[in-house]
Amino acid sequence: YTGKADPATGKYTVSFIEGDGVGPEISKAVKDIFVAAKAPIQWETCDVSPLFINGLTTIPQPAQDSINKNLIALKGPLATPIGKGHRSLNLTLRKTFGLFANVRPAKSVEGYKTAYDNVDLVLIRENTEGEYSGIEHVIVPGVVQSIKLITQDASERVIRYAFEYARAVERPKVMVVHKSTIQRLADGLFVKVAQDLAKEYPDIELQTEILDKTVLNVVKDPAQYKDVVAVCPNLYGDILSDLNSGLSAGSLGLTPSANIGHQVSIFEAVHGSAPDIAGQNKANPTALLLSSVMMLNHMGLTEHADKIEKAVFTAIASSPENRTADLGGSASTSSFAEAVISRL
Amino acid sequence: LLPKKYGGRYTVTLIPGDGVGKEVTDSVVSIFKSENVPVDWETVEISGNLESQEGVQKAVESLKRNKVGLKGIWHTPMDQTGHGSLNVALRKQLDIFANVALFKSVPGVKTRHSNVDLVVIRENTEGEYSGLEHESVPGVVESLKIMTKVKSDRIGRFAFDFALKNNRKSVCAVHKANIMKLGDGLFRNCINEVGAKEYPEIEVKNIIVDNASMQAVAKPQQFDVLVTPNLYGSILGNIGAALIGGPGLVPGANFGREFAVFEPGSRHVGMDIKGQNVANPTAMILSSALMLRHLGLAAYAERISKATYDVIAEGKATTQDIGGSSSTTEFTKAIIDKLKAF
Ligand SMILES: Nc1ncnc2c1ncn2[C@@H]1O[C@H](COP(=O)(O)OP(=O)(O)OP(=O)(O)O)[C@@H](O)[C@H]1O
Ligand SMILES: Nc1ncnc2c1ncn2[C@@H]1O[C@H](COP(=O)(O)OP(=O)(O)OP(=O)(O)O)[C@@H](O)[C@H]1O
Ligand SMILES: [Mg+2]
Ligand SMILES: [Mg+2]
Repeated sequence: YTGKADPATGKYTVSFIEGDGVGPEISKAVKDIFVAAKAPIQWETCDVSPLFINGLTTIPQPAQDSINKNLIALKGPLATPIGKGHRSLNLTLRKTFGLFANVRPAKSVEGYKTAYDNVDLVLIRENTEGEYSGIEHVIVPGVVQSIKLITQDASERVIRYAFEYARAVERPKVMVVHKSTIQRLADGLFVKVAQDLAKEYPDIELQTEILDKTVLNVVKDPAQYKDVVAVCPNLYGDILSDLNSGLSAGSLGLTPSANIGHQVSIFEAVHGSAPDIAGQNKANPTALLLSSVMMLNHMGLTEHADKIEKAVFTAIASSPENRTADLGGSASTSSFAEAVISRL
Repeated sequence: LLPKKYGGRYTVTLIPGDGVGKEVTDSVVSIFKSENVPVDWETVEISGNLESQEGVQKAVESLKRNKVGLKGIWHTPMDQTGHGSLNVALRKQLDIFANVALFKSVPGVKTRHSNVDLVVIRENTEGEYSGLEHESVPGVVESLKIMTKVKSDRIGRFAFDFALKNNRKSVCAVHKANIMKLGDGLFRNCINEVGAKEYPEIEVKNIIVDNASMQAVAKPQQFDVLVTPNLYGSILGNIGAALIGGPGLVPGANFGREFAVFEPGSRHVGMDIKGQNVANPTAMILSSALMLRHLGLAAYAERISKATYDVIAEGKATTQDIGGSSSTTEFTKAIIDKLKAF
């Protein structure tokens, strides 16, 4: 992130895609909390309602301009219009801004009891190729070939980011999760790139592990990966990151994420737009809040990040009255936001 | 196809494999001996480390003769210049297309979730394990995932038949058809069609693999029979193993039209604890009980699995992976003693 604060106000401008469904409500909670926390952020709301240009899903130009100018955005959930364009809007955003790495931390909330506690996992997923290359064809009727594409370049940039991220968050290990016993060339290349890059990061230990074993171990005892930043090809990352959310929270409801590109980064809640409860002041804003915390950290505003994160966690832990219905509590979106604000 | 039987006895191929394979199959051999089970072993000792792909031929020939086998796992060398997985080669050569792994909470084993009882039925011969890969130009690799209607229908029928025979309510297809629209779309559609047309008494469901993984650790009791392409089966199988207490507890089998090879359901070789007499042989013992049922020797199967479950429930002679301190051989002896006392 190379953005600069406005010299007049001392504030950084961030694009805000409020999103669909519960998006506006949880976005309001974030904004209120940022004001109360005196975070030096000024929002620039942008509309990404998709346009279809030459059959391609496209982000409106003003939104593109805003994000390219600010280099950073916070994003609520977007409903993917079914059966219209070829691509989902999320994929379009990724392609438009070259967001090659998806960072997904999954952390238990102390004081909120689930089947597992002490979960503190960080996973980085390659976001542009692999099994999601979109190259598929019917060879003869009834026979389909789907291509998983692994390239040196894409592997290198995501694994490099994993090493950098490990340094930044002070985790001593990077762990590559792969299946090179079976996909010997494809996953083999991914592993080899990691081994080559490891030489540039003597302070970080590289560990490689077969997917089977990671899945087995993380479900048995997630705590053993608390020193690790895991990095893997697209599909494994997709599955493992959801698995991690299952372990930390039992759902996607609390999970933040970051989409990192060379220039632009977009921070987002991974849950959907929840149309069933939209407009009812029921939605839990925690995932978007924690995404905004990741964003502050990414911008180097760590003090504000820590302050907000702590207030969110202590609010959730304090009592069922301060938890929203998805966590079995009785709080509304706005009363939860107030509980956070009172703890800042 | 039923295996050959001579003078009331069956000959079964025994493939210990690598890692803990020798120890856990020894356990089965001694239990069978003590029980006078009418099974003669034809042992094929091959290591996944040393042999070439052709090395698997000996095992293939023995299985072709005997139709039934009990197998440990072969280690796959990570070295890219070597041969690939012998496990995969064997499954493909014998066309044992359906892998079944049973994940059922074991009384006496402490876990976070109780009352887990799910089955993963996994296509064993295509998908991500096709082995078709190439480096188009340096630094660009393509790996082909092959999905076919014939094999998807076939695994679907197998799963619904299994559900019928075992009084299961539903079969759920695990897929990623939102991304792999053609490949996983084909799989999902085949399962749905086979289910709707041919098995009206069984409910058909669908779930996306990442959601399935998340749900499985949050609320595993919701799952019944899952049917999956190759890779997702491996992932859900390892989740299942961890949920019930580890790979040492999961029985499994591979079935084709002609052959049946029984092997632990979560396919871990356990190189790290090889030769230490600490491995849990339960997965292999329960797999051998599945084998006995397959051979029509249900009474032996009942006795052996009951004795195994009883010893675990008593908790006095269990192995370290489930919190005990007994060795493989002590645990085995406790089962044999229990059988003698029945
Ligand atoms: N070199 C290795 N390092 C670590 N674990 C290994 C190794 N080789 C084999 N294993 C373990 O044994 C399992 C079986 O190996 P193999 O590569 O033959 O795959 P498989 O059993 O056909 O596939 P799957 O593991 O997906 O069921 C591996 O998945 C892994 O758990
Ligand atoms: N029968 C068993 N009883 C107890 N533990 C087992 C058994 N089989 C596998 N395990 C354990 O499950 C874990 C995963 O097994 P896996 O085969 O992947 O390991 P491995 O090949 O020995 O690993 P590596 O060589 O990569 O360390 C290991 O810790 C192993 O000890
Ligand atoms: Mg996902
Ligand atoms: Mg395995």
